[in-house]
Amino acid sequence: MVDSKQQWKAWLYLAPAIVLLLVFTVWPIINTVRMAFLENYSGLKAAGGATFQFGLGNFEKVIGYRRFVSCLKNTVLLCLLTVPISTILALLIAVALNSIKVCQKALQTIFFLPYVTNSIAIGMVFAAMFNIVGSFYGTQNEIIVTAGIINNVIQFFGGEPINWINYGSTYEANMLVMTVYIVWNALPFKILVLLGGLQSINKQYYDAAKVDGTSRRRIFTRITVPLLSPMIAYVVITGFIGGFKEYTSIVGIFGEKMGPPDDAGRLNTMVGFIYDALSTNSQGRASAAALILFGIILVVTMINMQVSKKRVHY
Amino acid sequence: MSKETNATMHARDMQKLTAAQRVMKFFSISGTYLFLGLMALIVLFPFYWMIISSLKTLDEYRMSTPTFWPRVIMLSNYLDAFTTASLGRLFLNTMYVGLVSTILSLVITILTAFAFARLEFKGKETLFALLLATMMIPGELFTITNYSTVTNLGWINTYTVLIVPFLVSVFYIYLLRQNFLQIPNELYLAAKVDGTSDWKYLWKVMVPLALPTLISITILKMMGAWNSYIWPRLVANDEAHRMITNGLRNAFTETTGDVNYPVQMAAVALVSAPLFLVFVFLRKYIMSGVSRSGIKG
Repeated sequence: MVDSKQQWKAWLYLAPAIVLLLVFTVWPIINTVRMAFLENYSGLKAAGGATFQFGLGNFEKVIGYRRFVSCLKNTVLLCLLTVPISTILALLIAVALNSIKVCQKALQTIFFLPYVTNSIAIGMVFAAMFNIVGSFYGTQNEIIVTAGIINNVIQFFGGEPINWINYGSTYEANMLVMTVYIVWNALPFKILVLLGGLQSINKQYYDAAKVDGTSRRRIFTRITVPLLSPMIAYVVITGFIGGFKEYTSIVGIFGEKMGPPDDAGRLNTMVGFIYDALSTNSQGRASAAALILFGIILVVTMINMQVSKKRVHY
Repeated sequence: MSKETNATMHARDMQKLTAAQRVMKFFSISGTYLFLGLMALIVLFPFYWMIISSLKTLDEYRMSTPTFWPRVIMLSNYLDAFTTASLGRLFLNTMYVGLVSTILSLVITILTAFAFARLEFKGKETLFALLLATMMIPGELFTITNYSTVTNLGWINTYTVLIVPFLVSVFYIYLLRQNFLQIPNELYLAAKVDGTSDWKYLWKVMVPLALPTLISITILKMMGAWNSYIWPRLVANDEAHRMITNGLRNAFTETTGDVNYPVQMAAVALVSAPLFLVFVFLRKYIMSGVSRSGIKG
C-alpha cells in the first residue's frame, strides 16, 4: 500500500521537472498541432486579435512551395548519400580496429576525435579546405590566387581543379562537399557503437569458423554482420533521424545563406525551412512543416524497424 | 614404421599450413593497418590543416603551392582572432550559461530520477513511458511554440532564455534512473531501518554511487552549451548574451572583400581547444555517455 504521505513526497521530487516539461514540452506539442491546423496562423496577427480558420491550408501551402520541395529533396538526398556511406565505412573501420592489437586504443581515440568538435567551427575548416582563395570573393570577377588544398591535391594527381563552394559552383559539387563533411562528422558515433558491438561477440563463433577453414569474407558476411545486425540497425536508424534534422553542418560550410553566393538557399533543409518560416512569423506554416518532418521521421524509423526485424538475427 | 612417417608427414603439413597462413596473416594485418592509417589521416587532416593555416601569414596561406609547415610562425593570428571575434566575452557568456544550466539540470535530473527509481506513487510507469515517448519528437517542433512562450515571458536577450527551456532532459533522467536502479534495494531498506530520510539517503548514498553517470551528463551538457547554435541565434543574439558558436559564425560571415583565413582558422582553433582538452582528460565518460545516446551534445 502506498500511503498518501509518500505520494506527496514523490510529487514534490518530480515537481520541478513536471512544471518545466508542461511549459516547454507538453504545451508546445499541443500548440504546434493547433497552429498547424489554423490556416495562415501568425503569432503577430493573433496578438492583434485576428482569428484563423480551421483547415489543412498550411499543409497545402507548405507542400506547394517550390522552396519546400527543394528543402525536402536536399534533406532526403543527403540522408540517402551519407547514411549508407558512413555506415559501411564505420563498419569496415570497426572490424579492422577489432582485429588488431597494437595501437588499437590510440587509433580508436583518433577515430572518435571528430565527435568532440563544434560542427559550425569545423565546417569552417572544411570550407577553407575546399575554398578557392582569391580577392573579390563572391563576385563574378573572382581572381583566383590559390585553388585551395583539396584542389591542390587534385592537381597534384593530374586532375582539373573544381569549383566546390564558391561563386558559380554546381549543385553536384556542393552536395559532394556536404556529403564528405557529414560522413566525416557521422563516423565517430557509428564506429564507437559498432566496435562496442563487435567486442561483445562471443569469440567461440570465430574459433568454430577457423576450425572449419572459413574464408575471411565468409566470416565477415556470415558471422560478423548477422551478429552485429542489432547495432547496425541502431546506427542506421539514429543516422536517418539525425540526417533528417541536418542543418548546422550546412551553416558551417556555406554560412546562413545556405548556398553558394550566387544561389542562396540552394542547400536549405527541412529544419532550415522551419526556421525561415518562424523568422517571418508564419508559425502556422512552420508548425505544418515541423509536423511533416515528424511524420517523415516516424515513417522512416518504422520502415527501418520493419526491415531490421526481418534482417536482424536475434 | 608407417605410423611414424604418417605422424611426421602430418606434422610437416601442419607446419606448411602455418607458414602459408603466416604469409597470409602478414598481408592481411599490414593491409588492415594501411587501411586504418589512411582513414586516420583523413580524419585528422582537417585538424592539422586548421592548426597549420592558423599559424601562417596571409601571404603564405595564399601561395599557389601550399606549404605543409608554416615558414614564419604567426602566433599573433591568435591575438587577432581573439579581438576580431571578441572571443573573451563569448567565452564568458558560454561558460556562464553552461555552468548554471549544468548545475540546475543536474539537481532536477537527480530529483526526478530518484522519484522514478525509488519512490512509489500512482501512475509511475505510465508517466515514465510518456516521458520516454517525447524523446521521439524532433526538437524543432518544440522550438516554434517555445519561441512565442519566451517572447511572451519577456525573456528575449537574457541568460534565462538560454538556460531554462533546456533544463529537463528526458534522456539524462532515463540514464540516471537506470543507474539508480542498479544500486541494491537492501541499501535503501537498511537506511530506512536506521531512520535515514529519503533526502539524506539520496545525497549521501545514491549520488556518490552514481558519480560516473553524473560526470557523463555534466560533460554532455557543457558540450551542448558550447555547440548550441540554432536556439541562441533565435532568442539571444545581442552582444551581451551571444554564445561562442554564434559569435564565431557571425564574426567571419564574409559579405564583401577578402577573408583573412589564417585569423579565421585561429579563431576556430581557439573555440575547438576546450573541447579537445575535455576530451583528453575525460574521454572515458564522454564515450560511455555518447554510446548510449546517439545525440550530439
